[in-house]
Parts: sequence; C-alpha cells; structure tokens
Amino acid sequence: MSNSKILANGVDVYYGSKQALFGISMDIKEKEVTALIGPSGCGKSTFLRCINRMNDLIEICKVSGSIKVDNEEIISEKTDVVSLRSKIGMVFQKPNPFPKSIFDNVAYGPTIHGLVDSKNELEEIVHSSLKKAGLFDEVKDRLNEPGTSLSGGQQQRLCIARAIAVNPEIILMDEPCSALDPIATAIIEELIDELRLNYTIIIVTHSMQQAARVSQKTCFFHLGELIETGETNKIFTNPDNTKTQDYITGRFG
Amino acid sequence: MNNSIAKEKIISLRKKRSLEDMRFKYYGFTAMCLSLAVLVFLLYTIFSKGYTAFQKTIVLLEVDYNQEVLKLTPDSSDEDMEKGKFFRVKKQAIENFFPDLSKSDIKLVKKLFSINVDKEIKDYFLDNPEVINTKQQIWVTAHSDVDQLLKGNSRRDVPEDRRKLNDIQLSYVDQLVEENRVKQVFNNFFFTKADSRHPEIAGVAGSFMGSLFTLFTVFILSFPIAIGASVYLEEFAPKNRITELIEVNISNLAAVPSIVFGLLGLGVLLNVFGLPRSTPLVGGSVLALMTLPTIIIACRASLKAVPPSIKEGALAVGATKTQAVFHHVVPLALPGTLTGTIIGLAQALGETAPLIMIGMIAFIPNIPTGLTEPSAALPVQIYLWVESAERGFQEKSAAAIMVILIFLFMMNAIAVFLRNRFERKW
Repeated sequence: MSNSKILANGVDVYYGSKQALFGISMDIKEKEVTALIGPSGCGKSTFLRCINRMNDLIEICKVSGSIKVDNEEIISEKTDVVSLRSKIGMVFQKPNPFPKSIFDNVAYGPTIHGLVDSKNELEEIVHSSLKKAGLFDEVKDRLNEPGTSLSGGQQQRLCIARAIAVNPEIILMDEPCSALDPIATAIIEELIDELRLNYTIIIVTHSMQQAARVSQKTCFFHLGELIETGETNKIFTNPDNTKTQDYITGRFG
Repeated sequence: MNNSIAKEKIISLRKKRSLEDMRFKYYGFTAMCLSLAVLVFLLYTIFSKGYTAFQKTIVLLEVDYNQEVLKLTPDSSDEDMEKGKFFRVKKQAIENFFPDLSKSDIKLVKKLFSINVDKEIKDYFLDNPEVINTKQQIWVTAHSDVDQLLKGNSRRDVPEDRRKLNDIQLSYVDQLVEENRVKQVFNNFFFTKADSRHPEIAGVAGSFMGSLFTLFTVFILSFPIAIGASVYLEEFAPKNRITELIEVNISNLAAVPSIVFGLLGLGVLLNVFGLPRSTPLVGGSVLALMTLPTIIIACRASLKAVPPSIKEGALAVGATKTQAVFHHVVPLALPGTLTGTIIGLAQALGETAPLIMIGMIAFIPNIPTGLTEPSAALPVQIYLWVESAERGFQEKSAAAIMVILIFLFMMNAIAVFLRNRFERKW
C-alpha cells in the first residue's frame, strides 16, 4: 500500500453565505489516479481548487478545515502558495495555453522558478516535458509557433506539458477532456495512465466511463458532500450507497 | 373555425413584425446617410475655404544690390554683411517698381508687399553674396490684401472706401498680372512659421509644435499613472467600499467639464506652484488630469477583457500574482490600453477651454523649442484666427482645422495599427 499524499479532514467551503462543501475528508494515495465524480454543482471542482489554493482568486470564497499535503498543512495563512502551486500542477477544463510560442508556454514555469541556469538546460526541460506529454513528435518542428495554433487536444497536452515542466508531484485535472473530441480524449486518457507512474493525479470528470477507465480510486460527490469513496472497481460495480448506485446507473445527474 | 381565426391572427402578427423589421432597417439607413451627408458637407466647407491657404502670392521685384546703397564692399565680413542697409535697397526697389512713380504712388505700391520682404531681400543676399553690385530679379511675398484679391476671397466690386486696396492699387495689381510679375506658389510659410499679425506670414508651425509638446507631456504623465491605477484597481485592490467609491468617482471625473480642469491648472499649477504660464508643461499637466479618467476607464476595460483562464494558467504553474499580471495580463491588454491612450490624447489635442484658462491663448510669434517655453496650441490657434477680422486669417483657420484633422486622423490610424499589430487571439 502506497503512502498518503493528500489528507483532507473536515473541509468546509463557503461562497459568501452559501456553503458549497460540507466536511469533506479524503485520503489520496501517492502515484494513483483519483477521480472525483458527481453531478454539476456538487463541489468536486471546488474541492480540487482547494488543493492548490486556486480558490484564493475568488474573493468571497472561504475555506476551513485541514488539507495536508505530505503532512504539511496548506489551509493556513502561512502557506507559501507559490511553492505549493509549483508542487501541485493544474490542468483546466478549457485548454488555456498562453498566447505565446509553444516553447515559451512550457518554458515559462521553469524560468520563473529559476530551475534552469542555461539555455540548453531550458531546452532540455521543454523537450522532455513535451515528450512526457506525448506532444513532442507532433510539434518538434514548430516550437516557435503560437501555442494557440494547435488543435484543442494538442493544446490540452501542451497545458499538461506546461504543468509538468516545473516538476510537480501532484497534478490536478479539472475536466480536462470536456472540450475535446473522443479521439483527443483517448490520447489524453492514455497519457494520464502513463503519468500515473510518476505523479499523483486527481481528475474531476463528468464522464463515468472516463473515471472507470483511468482511475484507481473514485470519490462520489453529491450536493457538497462526499458520499462515497473507494476503489474504482468497487464503486462502479458494487457501491455501498444507493445514491452512488443511482448516479452511476444514470437515474439522476 | 376557431382554429383558422387563430391562424389568421398569427399570420397578420407575423406580417406586422416583419414590417417592423423593415422599418427599423430603413430608420438606421436614413440616420447613417444623414450623418454621412453632414460629415461630407462639413469637410467640403472646410476644404473649400481652406485649400487656398496652402498657396501664397509672390511678386517679381528687381533689386539693385548696389554697394553704395548697402554701405558694404565685396570684401565685407559676414558680420558686416548682416548689418547691410537692406531697407535702403528695398526702398529703392519699390521706388523703381513701376516707371515714373510719384511719392503718393510709392506709398501705395509699398502696401502691395509683405512686411517680410526686407528679410527676403536680405536672406537672398546673404545666401548669394556675389550678387553685390548687380541687379537681381527676385520673387518676394505679396501683402495679404493682394493675395486675397487674386485668390478671389475679397471682392473688387464693393465701393472703394470699403476695400483694402483702392482703385490705383487695383490697377497696379492688374498690371502685374498682365506682365506676369505675380504668381501663386506653395505656401511654405504656413508650415514653417509661427503666428503673426500679418496673415501672409502666419503659420501653424508654432502651434503645431506647441500641441506636440503638450501631447508629449500628457502622454508622459497620464500613461504610466493610468496603467498603474487601472492594474491596481482591476487586479490587486480589495473589493470594498473605498475602491467602489474611487471607481464611481473616476467615472464622474471623466464627465467633468474641461474648463474646470483649466481652473484647477490656473489655481494650483500657476498660482500655488508658480509654474510658467502659457507653457506646454502646464497645458499638458492640465490635459493629462482631464484625460486620465478616460484612459483609466479604457485600460480597465481592456484588462477586464483578458480571459481569466490565462491568469489562472500562470498562477497554477506557480507564478506570483505580480508575475501573472505583468507577464500575461498586461501584455495582452496592451493593445487596448494603447488605443485608449491614443483616444485620450486625441481628446486632449482638440481641447481649447482649459488651455485658455492657463494662458496658452497668448500671441506667440515664435516656434517653441521646449516644454517650458510659452507656446500656442492648434485648437487655440484656430480660435484666435477665427476671431481676427483680417480676411487673410479666415482661410488660415480653415487650413489649420485641416491640419488638426489630419493630425487626429493619423493618431487614430496609429491606434488602429497598434491594435491590429499587437492583438493576439486566445
């Protein structure tokens, strides 16, 4: 059994006076893919964004409770958000490459963190990140073209390359395939399977099939509560909770 | 039965709705045509009144650079040359302009020439000192009255006492035309000289430079402040009562009449800080205050238009807030920011009232060379010329309007160019 990477305990989230998450507790293991599923507005993205403190951007959002990453509390005033985010990469729902060249997109993270001393090193990181994201062969001849000129699936893989270029340990994916066609989705799913060897991945998805295909653990959210969490196989074949059962079989949601 | 009535009702309503569509289309079309017609009429009036200002009338004058009259010798030094008695040469030239002129006639002939002729005779000599003791035919500037007569701007069929030129002078002018001793050429003075009491040698160079210096001041002051303020308000400021108050008041400031800013300049910049009057520095500061709200509003709009996903992307790889804003948001907003700034500058360029308050309406016959020198500005120059009674200034004011319009047009073209050049899709 691998170690706990992220340990959430009693996480409450409020948007203004409206409570969005109710006492979420979760244990996420290292080098596994954990899928967060549930109907729209159930709080799975909110929870995901707590882990790298992206909720800080929303002024009315208040988070309480405890989330520990590698046994270090991150829901605290003292948390260094910048280093936290360099440890936890994130891929968004809609591909959001910077309007810069493909190379610069990937190079941005390592540059601002000072991870490289020379141009060669930078090039190496960019190339290896693109390779890890399975994009290198497709773009190696046009690294200077704008990232926005790529197709949607390629853009999303570029965003994955951008995230892994800063050498994170955890990658958060917020519905990474919702804007992509089935072929691009399949490529990304394959990629997630490969990345699992080196990274802890948490993926929010609306597609039950996707959760079943890529994840080892699945967490089912409903109305801001974590209903059930467990091995993906078990959740999809024999869930304990009837709500989970109903959702999975398509009776609501 | 009921069913068919309902159907008819629907059909008639549908007809009415499509008619409404049609009507609205024609309203819009008519409105557009009307505004176009007004614009064309305006431009036509300005152009037809002003284009003659780009020409000046010159007269062929025979000048005898006699060394006795000049009190110079061929060996005189450059310094002495400067002191030559050119007015005597000119006097002689005018006396011999037509054969057998009486004393009173000479006075009349003298009035056909511009006051600038002395200088032109001198400059010609200084450029070609070898012409000493020779007779030279040189083209010199005619008086504005002659100029206006030949351009057809002043009429000769009004009674003599209401004309600038009397009958004898008219006959002289006719004689000159017959002998081809007068012609119209491109008016370089209009673009190289500052304001003057004499229309024939008045130009827009002084006020143009004044406007340029003023705009420079406006840009230097307002661009960094506007960027700073809008980036802070948009990206960093906490959303509370105070920022809300500031936001509302920025919008209010944008609507404050410009003359109020002029009063502020007069009261604070001139009287309290003692900055020099009538200078581009003060004018620019006042106009910068006036345009700041406009620019800030435009900057904020363009910052707001940058998709938040770009900033999120940067933050997610561990950029600090400042890095995310200045590496990604600001560069993306820059084209819009520049466009907003140029629109603000265009507004400042056309502003007259505040400049009058701080004394930029003074008569300045020199071309300014710095920010702290008294100078005029283009709109104030137009105002001054429109006001003056002299016929020759009427065409000048129309021509100056053309200059300011072209200036504005070019600024807007730059704005469009910058926007297209730097705009990036995401």
